[in-house]
Amino acid sequence: MTRSSSSVEKKLVGLADLVVKAADRGKDPAIEIPVRSLSNVKFNEKRRIIEMGSNTQERTFFNVGMAKKFMQTMLVADALSELQRAELTTSLREIYYRAKHTIGDSHENTFDGQNESDPLIEDLEVALEALREELHVRAENAGTLIGPLTVVDDGDSVDCSKLGKGGYCVPSIVEPECLRIKRCTADFVLLVEKGTQWNRLAEDKFWKKYNCVLLTGNGQPPRGVRRLARRLHDERKLPVYVLVDNDPWGYYIYSVVKQGSINLAFESQRMAIPEAKFMGLSSHDPQRYGLPRNVGIKLNDKDIDRAKEILNYPWFQKKEWQEEIRHMLSVGLKFELDALANKDFQYLTKKYLPKKLQDRDWLD
Amino acid sequence: MKKRTPAPKTATKSPKAPGTTTPRKPAKAAGLSAVEMGARQREISVSEFFTKNRHLLGFDNPRKALLTCVKEAVDNAFDACEEAGILPEVVVKVEPVATDGAAAPPASTAPPPTQATRFKVTVVDYGPGIVREQIPRIFAKLLYGSKFHRLRMSRGQQGIGISAAGMYGQLTTGKPVQIISRTGEKNPAHYFEVQINTRTNEPRIIEKKQIEWESHRGTQVTIELEGRWQKGRASVDEYLEEAAIANPHAQITYVNPEGETKAYQRTINELPPPPREIKPHPYGIELGLLLKMLHDTKSHWLSGFLSSDFSRVSPRVADEISKAAGLNPHAKPRNIMGLDAERLYKAIQATKIMAPPTNCISPIGEKAILTGLYKQIKADFYTAVTRPPAVYRGNPFIIEAGLAFGKGPQEAAALKRTGPAAEGERQEEDAELARVLRFANRVPLLYQQSACATYQAVLETSWRNYGVSQSRGALPAGPMVVFVHMASVWVPFTSESKEAIADYDEIRREIKLALQECGRRLGVFLKRKERAKHEYHRRNVFELYIEEVAEACKRLKGGRFAVERLKSRLLKIAMKRTGGEKTDELLGKKSGPEGLPDSIIVTAEGVEGAVPEIPPEGSPEPPALPEATPLEAVPPLVQQGEPPKEEPAKRLKPKGAGKAKPVQAAGRPKASKKPKKGKR
Repeated sequence: MTRSSSSVEKKLVGLADLVVKAADRGKDPAIEIPVRSLSNVKFNEKRRIIEMGSNTQERTFFNVGMAKKFMQTMLVADALSELQRAELTTSLREIYYRAKHTIGDSHENTFDGQNESDPLIEDLEVALEALREELHVRAENAGTLIGPLTVVDDGDSVDCSKLGKGGYCVPSIVEPECLRIKRCTADFVLLVEKGTQWNRLAEDKFWKKYNCVLLTGNGQPPRGVRRLARRLHDERKLPVYVLVDNDPWGYYIYSVVKQGSINLAFESQRMAIPEAKFMGLSSHDPQRYGLPRNVGIKLNDKDIDRAKEILNYPWFQKKEWQEEIRHMLSVGLKFELDALANKDFQYLTKKYLPKKLQDRDWLD
Repeated sequence: MKKRTPAPKTATKSPKAPGTTTPRKPAKAAGLSAVEMGARQREISVSEFFTKNRHLLGFDNPRKALLTCVKEAVDNAFDACEEAGILPEVVVKVEPVATDGAAAPPASTAPPPTQATRFKVTVVDYGPGIVREQIPRIFAKLLYGSKFHRLRMSRGQQGIGISAAGMYGQLTTGKPVQIISRTGEKNPAHYFEVQINTRTNEPRIIEKKQIEWESHRGTQVTIELEGRWQKGRASVDEYLEEAAIANPHAQITYVNPEGETKAYQRTINELPPPPREIKPHPYGIELGLLLKMLHDTKSHWLSGFLSSDFSRVSPRVADEISKAAGLNPHAKPRNIMGLDAERLYKAIQATKIMAPPTNCISPIGEKAILTGLYKQIKADFYTAVTRPPAVYRGNPFIIEAGLAFGKGPQEAAALKRTGPAAEGERQEEDAELARVLRFANRVPLLYQQSACATYQAVLETSWRNYGVSQSRGALPAGPMVVFVHMASVWVPFTSESKEAIADYDEIRREIKLALQECGRRLGVFLKRKERAKHEYHRRNVFELYIEEVAEACKRLKGGRFAVERLKSRLLKIAMKRTGGEKTDELLGKKSGPEGLPDSIIVTAEGVEGAVPEIPPEGSPEPPALPEATPLEAVPPLVQQGEPPKEEPAKRLKPKGAGKAKPVQAAGRPKASKKPKKGKR
């Protein structure tokens, strides 16, 4: 850790050198930043993950449109190098506060909101090829885990099967240096989109009955959750199943777990689980499980646009997936996992998941 | 009157109804015989007419009456001084008077000035004075004066004004008009108290005597009248302020009802060239007037009449006209009437005659307008245009326009200091509409703006072309003052109270042309400023960010880091990339002349352009007086008629007291005295 952090620090200081060098030559200082958008990612068919392309953009200083961003990038780099030297980790929000101040005697702030500093940290991650963990920046602890699993976290051994129904809070940094998987007897990992459904499964001791690790990321799973699932998959050869709402956002969450995200395409190789399976909710499930139409929600324009966008993603080109999404569009409804409660409070635990597992009814 | 009308109506109707009884009776009862009616018919004197119709002369309400009274007296004073070749110097004093009529009430018992209903207006000029015999008629006979029967540019035209003001005072307070006049050092001063006999339109002298008067020459008129004093739009204060703009060669001292003294300094030490009297141009007369002139002429021959009583008619043209009319050039003018006169009139209109001479008009002049605006209005940009003479209905006229734009560097700086505008603040600013200052023969016009040709012309000018926002059918919006002046031997007013200029196409077109020229210059100014501001903003952004970037680099590098060197290098690049020196120039940081004709540009660094010299040499103002004397410290006029030399005319501090108005009294920041300051 110490060795790598010094190399990260060097990279950060390199930015200052870049500015000084450009100034000495009377040139406009510029930072090369790989483009983080759909246009610069490609789906690697062979590895079945999303990889970042080679397109970069120059962030220059003497350009009215970019000057502020350039200045902000330098401020963030400064804050990050300060972390390196102090050997502390921090959150995105704290970095924002650290770098925020009024510029000179003007009425202008360096940053007006956290939404301005967050993307810059990601920019630096890709530009400097340093992982967020290496930059000492934590994401929020948004994930929870429960199951027959013992981990060693900061020297503490945590038996995740003895944590009641609250479970273990997945830290944002779960690299082997920080978190060791000591024991794992589970048969598979079930990653649930929503905390409410995870609670239902934890309360019903679903993990005990079916011998699995229950994971949730409360929506779009944070890096820690994805990385931990990947490690369980890699190190313990556990299959990973994803349980999400039946809507375009649910599909995308599944695809992020499976292929990686567009925004953090450079992290795919560390996080993506190409073998992950889509357990549900499928657009066919309401029919198969007899959910009445009135517990559905009409797709709004945004949903429809997003669904059509997803239809075009190269990693959703499989026949079954095209059919799945088109079916949702033709029905015109989306269904939440919670809607299963319409039949019975424990329908998810007692009927739906057992049947799915038994029938091996999932999409790849 | 209204109640009666139904009666004759039924009377005229009833005979038509068939079979009605006694149709004649009501008609007989209501009707009068011609003899009876004849007995009631008699002459109406002008005075009686105007007593009933005082609104025609601008005395419709107490507020307007007070203004009209001041206006008439000041106009007369200016006209008299200019005609005599004396630089006008006028003292105006408006005092509240207790309603019981006590001449000079002690301050404690007098009503507060804004509540008072009776005022004493005193106007003193140090002009030529008036000969004793004429005093009563000038001040107490309507339609008596020197200006009506000639075609010469002057403020007054009809000879109604001051006597009407006196009559109004007499009607509302019963007090006579008091006049003191002296025509020279060797002559005694005469004191008169006169009233007008409204029945006969003749003056009635209440008192006359010789008195001692400090002033060597001049006239002082005092009228007591019912009125109302308010500041703000269309007030006495505004009138004098605008008069000072249009008459930069005049020195005006104003003591308002609150006892505050305002001095409007003379900024030009020359009299405008005296306007010349001209004869009417043939195109401008009507048949009736032609008949009258034919009757009154001293010429014996038609051709002589034409060439000597009209301008621009040479003997050759006169012959041409006579021939076209089929009349003998040697015919006796008095014998031409009826059909012949009509033919003559038509022949005149059909003949090509040179436009009337235009050297008879004395415009204010671009420099003087600039000076006036610059002195009275705070702005960033001033310009003025004097159009070449033009003609309407045979009357030559000249249109002048001026423009002041912006709030002035001081106000802008004050605005900046308060930080970014709070919600709603900016909107207010944007909603502000331009102010139109209208003048006719140097007299400010304050009422009936929307009826005036000048206002219409301002509306019709598309200000958006010049970078000023304007809603449809509205005045342009922004911190802008538009000045329009019409100078003519005969200004066509819409009414006797001289409030609005009639909308002749020729006049409106000229005003628009003048405004467009002003607008073009403003557009150039605004565009340059905008561009410079943009570049400046760009560089400013870089300057701010360079600081941040360099400091961040310093912290990143740690230890000894040549941060100043980095900053200066980055600044150099920024300078190179944002237009460099050129931007500085445009911003006025290194100001050079903008190349705009007849314009003044005021920036925080200094002033450039045709900046007037204030104060002028030889001014009665003692230069040693401290400039910063606040208003309150100036003693009010102690006695009426005190000569100006004893009256210390003090310059006002720009941010002095009495700041209720957007436009300030005389006085400027020091920058105006050193116009070249910005150049280095």
